[in-house]
Amino acid sequence: MSTTAIEKNNLEESDSVSEKWVRPRMVDMPKGRLAMWWLIASEIVIFGGLIATYILFRLRHPEWGHAAGHTSTPLGALNTFFLLTSSLTIVLAHDAANRKDLKGAVRNMGITLFFGLGFLVVKSIEYSTEISHGFTLTAELFWSFYFLMTGLHALHVIAGMTTIFIIMLGVRKGKHLHRVEFAGMYWHLVDLVWILLFPLLYIAH
Amino acid sequence: MATEVKQHSVSPHNHHSELSFWRKYIFSTDHKVIGMQYLLTGLIMVFVGGFFAYVFRMQLAFPGQGIPLYGKLDANAYNMMITMHGTIMIFWVAMPLLVAAFGNLLIPTMIGADDMAFPTLNMISYWVFFISTVVLILSMVLPGPMAAGWTAYPPLSANGYPAQIDFWGSIGGSLWILAVALEFVAFLIGGINFLVTTFNMRAPGMKLMDMPITVWMMNIAVLVFMFSVGPLVAGAVMLLFDRSFGTGFYNPAVGGDPILFQHFFWFFGHPEVYVILLPGLGMVAEVIATMARKPLFGYKAIIYASIISGFLSFIVWAHHQFIAGIDPRMAVFFSFTTIMISVPFAVWMFAAIATLWKASITLNTPMLFALGFIGEFLLGGVTGIYLGASAFDIYAHDNYFVVAHFHYALIPDVFFGGLAAIYFWYPKFVGRMYNETLGKVHFWLTTLGFNMIFLPLFYNGLKGEHRRIFDYSAWPSLMSADMTQNRVIATVGMLILCAAQIPFVINMIHSARKGVKAERNPWKANSLEWVTASPPPHGNFETYPSVYRGPYEYSVPGREEDYWPQHLPQ
Repeated sequence: MSTTAIEKNNLEESDSVSEKWVRPRMVDMPKGRLAMWWLIASEIVIFGGLIATYILFRLRHPEWGHAAGHTSTPLGALNTFFLLTSSLTIVLAHDAANRKDLKGAVRNMGITLFFGLGFLVVKSIEYSTEISHGFTLTAELFWSFYFLMTGLHALHVIAGMTTIFIIMLGVRKGKHLHRVEFAGMYWHLVDLVWILLFPLLYIAH
Repeated sequence: MATEVKQHSVSPHNHHSELSFWRKYIFSTDHKVIGMQYLLTGLIMVFVGGFFAYVFRMQLAFPGQGIPLYGKLDANAYNMMITMHGTIMIFWVAMPLLVAAFGNLLIPTMIGADDMAFPTLNMISYWVFFISTVVLILSMVLPGPMAAGWTAYPPLSANGYPAQIDFWGSIGGSLWILAVALEFVAFLIGGINFLVTTFNMRAPGMKLMDMPITVWMMNIAVLVFMFSVGPLVAGAVMLLFDRSFGTGFYNPAVGGDPILFQHFFWFFGHPEVYVILLPGLGMVAEVIATMARKPLFGYKAIIYASIISGFLSFIVWAHHQFIAGIDPRMAVFFSFTTIMISVPFAVWMFAAIATLWKASITLNTPMLFALGFIGEFLLGGVTGIYLGASAFDIYAHDNYFVVAHFHYALIPDVFFGGLAAIYFWYPKFVGRMYNETLGKVHFWLTTLGFNMIFLPLFYNGLKGEHRRIFDYSAWPSLMSADMTQNRVIATVGMLILCAAQIPFVINMIHSARKGVKAERNPWKANSLEWVTASPPPHGNFETYPSVYRGPYEYSVPGREEDYWPQHLPQ
């Protein structure tokens, strides 16, 4: 990939669609990043509502601590490690993309995907163990919340991985390098939600 | 950074003349086409929702008799129809019409942009909305449609507890939940687009306080929507789980709580009122200032008041739950905030009236609808203050007083505000003038019909007419001569309101084909959308405008003309 080709698919997007004129911006931010922040804001409200509901229910039902004892804290901790590390690698990918180091960006995005896959594998091991012990979706309200919240989070992991994969294909060809940052922002959200879910569902007994 | 010049590959938009019919009108990325698609979908859905209103109003006035065009109505179909009437009118009419359609048409043209910030995303937004419409219609015809009211409170909406899981037998209700969720996705995508467009794509020189009030209102509405809808998305998934898998999130027997859903619903549902009200207020203010030829009174005050009302709208929701067993101390708090939130809207009202003070008013159709809005909305707003007081609300909540109240709040907004906007911007986006006579007939018949429906319902409500009864003949105390008569008057009013839409449809279709060609600026208005041709070409502007002043510089002393467009240099 020649440098000019990379220049052309610049890190910055323009705000204007037909490129006829240039205008001042209110926030000094390309439109993609701005839109990403709004998307994250709306996601936070979804998870925020769910997590706040869970906390209120949990305070009302101290007996759920017993059920929470049946979730596997070591596996949860392993998954926390996976996600935190993958957040690091996606930042490294962003950094590499900024330096127009295509190989480094693709490699780090690949590692991120690998950790994301690891997270899903561990999650499915957890799910199957729990279900085989009789802790199904309808066993107790705690388990309903557990499967709903972790399931919704897992969907976001899959969505994030799909996004990263599609962007990685573009980056391989030197296209849309600025999108690595957006994928990273979303991935951090996925990470952040897990950081809240882990103590709430695994650690607090 | 801010004014950095960038040279990029040529955008596909420059080749628009070569686009096929499908790319130009169906899968278009042009914000004007998408706005029109939203507008037409909304206008088609208003007839579906209106048809349901026709059927159940006929049943209420003449119980048990065959209804023309429908036949005999049974109680289950009645419940399905009131559910779908509410769902359609809020989510498939008010939202697409006021927010999506006019947001798409007006935001880029008013701020002087060539299109939305993300044209493809904009197209996706419409098609997700379209799919949600199809799913909604499927949900009505498949078995087990949602019949628990548009608020879908469990346990009714969850088919009772312990859950009777019958996946295929209750597929209609599940699809209803899915349709609403898809609709939220469509508007979240669209809303992000609105915000980014307004933030980053304004014409050079256009400061925030130079934006037309409509653009302000659309953005406040989108923000309110974005921050209120999330918990309901989670709540809807929980309801779907309860229905389909037998969980008990809302089942008190296993530790759940049915009131929780009410909190989810109204934490969104109340801000939603302002999501559809604010764009209406903005567009009506636009019409009033233009037709009164005076600067909009208190432009900044209106904006600050609207921002405050956006915040307040998040802490009033439990006034919908005064009869759900709420702690009286909380009821006091929510009564207080509810009555407080009328203040920002009173600011808007007084600003609108002050704009009219000593103005030379043009009484054309959009202005009539705008003035109608002020008068009618006042009744909805004032009865809202009664209902905000929990003591009164406990009596009135489940009778027709509340029904009349929220129709007096929503119909002026969606109907009068929406129609004022449709008539006002019709020349701009269709390119031809509408017929003024037909427009005025439409206005007067609509006003007559609308008031005939809902004024009697205030009276019946206060006399105790419960709002969820299918056939009043089983309740002799509700069958007194005056109440029966009022029900018939309301139904006749509904028929007039339906008939009143015939001149509207004729006017819209006929004028689009045969109307007088519209000039660029038929109303001599100031904002940027009037600078360009009618209808605006692809890319909106021939030369991109810069902005030198606010949008309401009407009748400036010392100027020969009584308007001063935003883009003219000093």
